[in-house]
Amino acid sequence: MRIETGRRSVTALSTAAVALVLGISEAWAAAGQPSPWETGMQEMVTELGQSVSNFHTYLTWLMAAVCLFVLALLLAIVARFNESKNPVPSKTTHNTLLEVAWTIVPVLILVAIAIPSFRLLREQLVPPQADLVVKATGYSWYWGYEYPGDQGGGFKFDSNMVTEEKDRKPDQPRLLGADNAMVVPVGKVVRVQVTSADVLHAFAMPSFYIKIDAVPGRLNETWFKAEKEGVYYGQCSELCGNGHPYMPIEIRVVSEQQYAAWLAEAKQRYASTDGSAPVKFANAQ
Amino acid sequence: MAHAADAAHADHHDHLPSFWRRWFYSTNHKDIGTLYMIFGFTAGIVGGLLSIGMRLELQEPGLQFFSNPQAFNVFVTGHGLIMVFFMVMPTLIGGFGNWFIPIMIGAPDMAFPRMNNISYWLTVAAFALMLCSLFVEGAPGSLGFGGGWTVYPPLSTVGHPGPALDFGILALHLAGAASILGAINFITTILNMRAPGMTLHKMPLFAWSMLVTAFLLLLSLPVLAGAITMLLTDRNFGTTFFDPSGGGDPVLYQHLFWFFGHPEVYIMILPAFGIVSHIISTFSKKPIFGYLGMAYAMVAIGVVGFVVWAHHMYTVGLSLQTQAYFVFATMVIAVPTGVKIFSWIATMWGGSIRFTAAMQWAVGFVFLFTVGGVTGVVLANAPVDRYMHDTYYVVAHFHYVLSLGAVFVIFAGMYYWFPKITGYVMPEWIGKLHFWVAFIGSNVLFFPMHFLGLSGMPRRYADYPDAFAGWNMVSSIGAYVFFAGLFIFMFGVVYAFIRKEKAAANPWGEGATTLEWTLSSPPPYHQFETLPRVMDTGH
Repeated sequence: MRIETGRRSVTALSTAAVALVLGISEAWAAAGQPSPWETGMQEMVTELGQSVSNFHTYLTWLMAAVCLFVLALLLAIVARFNESKNPVPSKTTHNTLLEVAWTIVPVLILVAIAIPSFRLLREQLVPPQADLVVKATGYSWYWGYEYPGDQGGGFKFDSNMVTEEKDRKPDQPRLLGADNAMVVPVGKVVRVQVTSADVLHAFAMPSFYIKIDAVPGRLNETWFKAEKEGVYYGQCSELCGNGHPYMPIEIRVVSEQQYAAWLAEAKQRYASTDGSAPVKFANAQ
Repeated sequence: MAHAADAAHADHHDHLPSFWRRWFYSTNHKDIGTLYMIFGFTAGIVGGLLSIGMRLELQEPGLQFFSNPQAFNVFVTGHGLIMVFFMVMPTLIGGFGNWFIPIMIGAPDMAFPRMNNISYWLTVAAFALMLCSLFVEGAPGSLGFGGGWTVYPPLSTVGHPGPALDFGILALHLAGAASILGAINFITTILNMRAPGMTLHKMPLFAWSMLVTAFLLLLSLPVLAGAITMLLTDRNFGTTFFDPSGGGDPVLYQHLFWFFGHPEVYIMILPAFGIVSHIISTFSKKPIFGYLGMAYAMVAIGVVGFVVWAHHMYTVGLSLQTQAYFVFATMVIAVPTGVKIFSWIATMWGGSIRFTAAMQWAVGFVFLFTVGGVTGVVLANAPVDRYMHDTYYVVAHFHYVLSLGAVFVIFAGMYYWFPKITGYVMPEWIGKLHFWVAFIGSNVLFFPMHFLGLSGMPRRYADYPDAFAGWNMVSSIGAYVFFAGLFIFMFGVVYAFIRKEKAAANPWGEGATTLEWTLSSPPPYHQFETLPRVMDTGH
């Protein structure tokens, strides 16, 4: 009886700990970038990202339950089946029902995971009709963005990390801010085509729940539909050498009008580089 | 005459070869096992120091200890390769495998003793090459190879023109050849040299685990050898297997690498499964629960382990159908793994457990491996993994299954078999103290990495945005505690040798039923001159 109570209180305590952990993460999360002592995912600003993030929360609870179940069994064993409490060991080495159960139950849990998982996978990989295409090219060690001409663009520019503290805008954290951000309109389906000019890189934006490798000789694609205006930060996510930590991805999601204004300005600003090889703007300035 | 010959034989039997012959030309499986353990521990110290260097750097944002991220990446790469190829594999397979497989199956030695010797010395040569690689130019203007243990091109081709990676590739070739020879030796030994009466279905689980591991090595290492040979010719002889400008594809390398790399993770953990089964059964004073299920769960893990490799590649741009298949196949592995976890628990259930140092490590392993296993199920889901791929969440996951899995079992095995190997008793408090220091240290070290990954921190970063500072500091403190635990172990070994308290043939009592406990501690130089006859063990 005493053991039973002990087991229950341990479970309750651990559940409280998990709840605390998840609770903190939600309270402290700031959109678009990591926050100190964060224990969960960054806040999602795409609908699909939110769905996958919710699915992850569901998975985490399920998996925490499995761990706690195993922990509870182990604690019960420690309490009940030590030498002093149980001097004579049982000789049981088989229990067909039990063995079938611990094969079937995990299968059922996995099916419960797989069904929503496959649905989300399809949503991620079968993109809706795109409103806008942006091509991102990974270089060692910066990103280049290209806006095609048939949708009002026709220019490309480079995006380097802002290295000097005095050059950083107030909302740009160290190592995350870029001199020229990728700008997209809010609420539009943006298709990002990703490739690399040298070694592997990866285009990642945690708050959109996207990550796709930049592979030389391949054109990969991903997509997002940002629901909230703001500045969002990601970092190169495939080891690419010395500058790996220094090639952030900054995406500014703006209103339709601001986007049109930016497009007009960007066309002027980056016109000189249209059709030519990318130029490092950080160096040119 | 016959009598004289017998006497001469007996005399020869007790006579140990000279120090040089015994330890450098050794063909004795126990001596080679000991050599592998010393080698693995030494390499582990080197790999551990590299990780301490990494944690010192990551303790605070900014660069403090390394002049540039490339130097940090060299440490990351060295740590990974050394821990996988020169610490875990030599210790579990070369060390415990050599020592106890022949004894457990009632054989006098391994099937090919001289091949066993070359296997060991090739590993040493490989390690020497690996260390050389740290001190020659890799990327222009810097020493060593910093492209990660996965050695992905083009960073490993155009990114590192210097000879560092050529040393690395040749080191892997030698280590791979050594492992293939070792695998052939284990397969032959286990299939042909079991004592009369020991059918496969009566064979101890450690022997089962080594049999499956040996097959995984035999089938996967040639693929790695092929991939890195292609890399070598891409680097030096103008081929373009992985270079798109010549019609190649960097993703091909990733497929080849992970076709080896995924079975490799089971190569590191299956022997641990075997060892843990024996420790748990011994100290619970019960035979292992569901023996056949346990054996065939390992076979299933081995087989399915070959068809799940692309779950390491969810972000390279695989098609929907491909990703869906790999999600499905990967999750299947959770089922036999679950069978093992629950069978260990059922073995303990109803037992009369003695919580020795070895048992504490083993029980700790069961829990921590479960934690590492469930995050594996999370990562198996491609849509979810999209976020965690190449973040610290993955680092947390694979350190829970390897550092808190395989490494915990290495120590469990050390404390379990120490009296058998050395003939001396190590006081229990040493192993227990080491366990608690390591348990706390490793969890403080690796658990916050889940948070860092969820918060979005990418792997292999020497410097990180300031928001990640908190958990990184915690993690670094854990690393120092975990590492300090090693000194307790070293003290224990030295202390036991100074104390010289003789160990009994079977210090663990009625639960220890495998054949090594029927021999003296340490066992005679050549055991089983007359083959033991194995009775029905009542599985």
